[in-house]
Amino acid sequence: MKSLSEIETVSKRASKAAGFSWGVAEEVGKNVRLLEMFGLPGIKNLNNFFKSKKNFFFENLIFINKDNKKDNTQFCPIITGTSFLDQIRDIEKFGEVNFKKIGYPLLFLPFVSRASEVIGKRLFLKLDKKEFLLNFNNNIYSNFFKNDIVELAENVSIKFIDNSDLFSNTEWQELYKLSENTFVEESDSLKRSGAGAGLTDND
Amino acid sequence: MQVELRDANIVMKLSRLGSFHQSKLSFLRSFLKEFKNWQYKRDLFELDELGHGVAVYSFNKNKRVYSLICFANQLDESERSDRVIATKWDAAFTLHDGVPTKKDIERLKMEVPKQEVGRLSYKELTLSRANKSLRVFNHVVESLSEGNQPDINLLSKVGYLYRTTAVYGSGKFGLADRFRIKNRKEIYGPFRLEMMLVYLVRQFTFDQVNHVAKKKNPKKAVKLNDEICKNLGIGNSTGLGMAPFIVNHPTLLHNWINARETVLKKIREIKIIENKDSKLFKSCLKKSIKNIKSWNTDSEYQKKKISSLLKDLNNFINFLETDFNFTQDFAFNEIYLWLEQNTGEECTEYVVSMMMEPYDNIVSPLINKMSSEEEKYFNIPTDRTVIELKKILKNKYLQILEIDFSKKENNKNFWFISKNKEEPRLANRFEENGSELEQPLAIARDIKKLYERLCTSKDNLSIGQFLANNSNLRHVVRRAFIIEKFPYSEIQDNTIGQSIVPIDMLRLKLSFFGALKFDPRSDKWLRICMFQGAPLPKQLNNFDDYWVYN
Repeated sequence: MKSLSEIETVSKRASKAAGFSWGVAEEVGKNVRLLEMFGLPGIKNLNNFFKSKKNFFFENLIFINKDNKKDNTQFCPIITGTSFLDQIRDIEKFGEVNFKKIGYPLLFLPFVSRASEVIGKRLFLKLDKKEFLLNFNNNIYSNFFKNDIVELAENVSIKFIDNSDLFSNTEWQELYKLSENTFVEESDSLKRSGAGAGLTDND
Repeated sequence: MQVELRDANIVMKLSRLGSFHQSKLSFLRSFLKEFKNWQYKRDLFELDELGHGVAVYSFNKNKRVYSLICFANQLDESERSDRVIATKWDAAFTLHDGVPTKKDIERLKMEVPKQEVGRLSYKELTLSRANKSLRVFNHVVESLSEGNQPDINLLSKVGYLYRTTAVYGSGKFGLADRFRIKNRKEIYGPFRLEMMLVYLVRQFTFDQVNHVAKKKNPKKAVKLNDEICKNLGIGNSTGLGMAPFIVNHPTLLHNWINARETVLKKIREIKIIENKDSKLFKSCLKKSIKNIKSWNTDSEYQKKKISSLLKDLNNFINFLETDFNFTQDFAFNEIYLWLEQNTGEECTEYVVSMMMEPYDNIVSPLINKMSSEEEKYFNIPTDRTVIELKKILKNKYLQILEIDFSKKENNKNFWFISKNKEEPRLANRFEENGSELEQPLAIARDIKKLYERLCTSKDNLSIGQFLANNSNLRHVVRRAFIIEKFPYSEIQDNTIGQSIVPIDMLRLKLSFFGALKFDPRSDKWLRICMFQGAPLPKQLNNFDDYWVYN
């Protein structure tokens, strides 16, 4: 079994050899490490992407808009991902971002996951029918667990999920009430001798 | 009185970093302290009459076990080489997490002796190999088998029976990634497990030499005296492989240097030095002269450094004994200021290490802060602006920005990874091929490029926007934001210039390991000795913390 350290180093060096700058190659190294750690096929997709890149043109998307489309061209997952991560604070304002055709989109995913951590919001990523809930780069909840190469996502969307409770107020109150059973009722003497008792602090 | 931390522009110059010495913060010393209450055992020792076979040693405490598995092999004289291009060694070792099963040992027997071309598993933590100092080893075997102890003069000249030529950890060749074990309290300090491996290897070398002597002459043979064992360490040959490490781990480098600088600052801020502390300082200092006098090297470069160190130290001791009053306020601060005025970097840094000796209370809390969670600082804060980044560069890389990289001498070398051994190398870009495959280790040059590019960009441009058109500078943009938070994260020198002495980078790292007797064999590799004078495993639960100077 390869260690994550080996995976990161080899991915970084291979990315540099495939024509990316060292700084971007560093990002790819970290990303493929993340994918493999989350149980997603990073090495497999990166390897295939680099093979495909030799004969196929991928568009470098430098500035991200709400809707991103270039006729008959696939976006490069690495440059698109780097741009997405770099511009995340501006992109966040769109609420939702869409892309037409991203090549090897699993390589784009870790950039989105890291962006979720940067802005402190969950992001919901859809690669055609594959869904990923990216939780602050801590974990990924998905309906996709295949060890497959995904060559293309025709439609990619990312929704920014506002930070809000996932439960109702009633559910919270019920649980809170139960938690109160761990508290001790204070007697009068305890109240008199407790922290702050007997002093006035409204000076 | 408040003393400022020393300026990174001074501390992080290579000549200064290359003058660092072992100290109380050093990893091998902190390893011994951490593991002094662990139970040591030799679990297996199956060697033939020539000393070839398998041995297992372990440390255990509260159900946690670390086991060193040793494989000693036959090696022809012609195959023995310390260079990283070697493919066979006298012995190969791995530190296994837990108690190895027979199946584990069989598996590792096939892989560990192959080193870089073998495959380890997540159950192994570190990997190493070592060669005998044949002259010393054979002499010891001969002497012991005849019932005599060996010639101490010969032993002290070399200092070890074996020298390692590489120690690997952190995920190399399939070894466990650091994330799997990083929460274990006993390995909070950096390189703990590498230190453990080397320490147990040292014991193996004693057991092996005793075993071979005994097999050679069962009736007459005696064991190597414990005091002699104690004065033997493990040698190490180290090449350029270590140099990029300190460039590639900026926050870790910061944490090492910051710990050292913080200790110095706190010691300089002590108003009244207790008599016992000044006595201990002076005692360690005087005793340590013995280590310098027995520091053998053929390197003219190092000989010069040693002789100027000795001269400066003698002056300093003279000053201490004739002109200095330890009862004055802030005496260590006075000492430090005197050193800066009157001695070279080598001596100043030597005495700084020595000042730490009385102050366990200052040093110990910092030892656990010498590791780093590097991932946390990887993301570039792309919402910052060009003007902010420019300001960081001007503040943090002032001297770097003055270097003229259009001059050939400032741009002479390039770092690359050799295809044969996947090891870092340094070469002249005007004489050798391959500079187009240069590693991103020319930080000074690239920082200068970044600064020039920023100067032609709009001040209010966000870094995200700047990077959109300057992807080739992304690696140094990341570093600049790291140095903003971690001032000691960057070497403040040109690592590709004509005058670079790469062994300064190695010495920096090795001093933190706790190595003694740096012996440069060229400007690109050196030999050192580790654990010389250290307690033996059976003495660990009660040892003198100042063993380095005994």
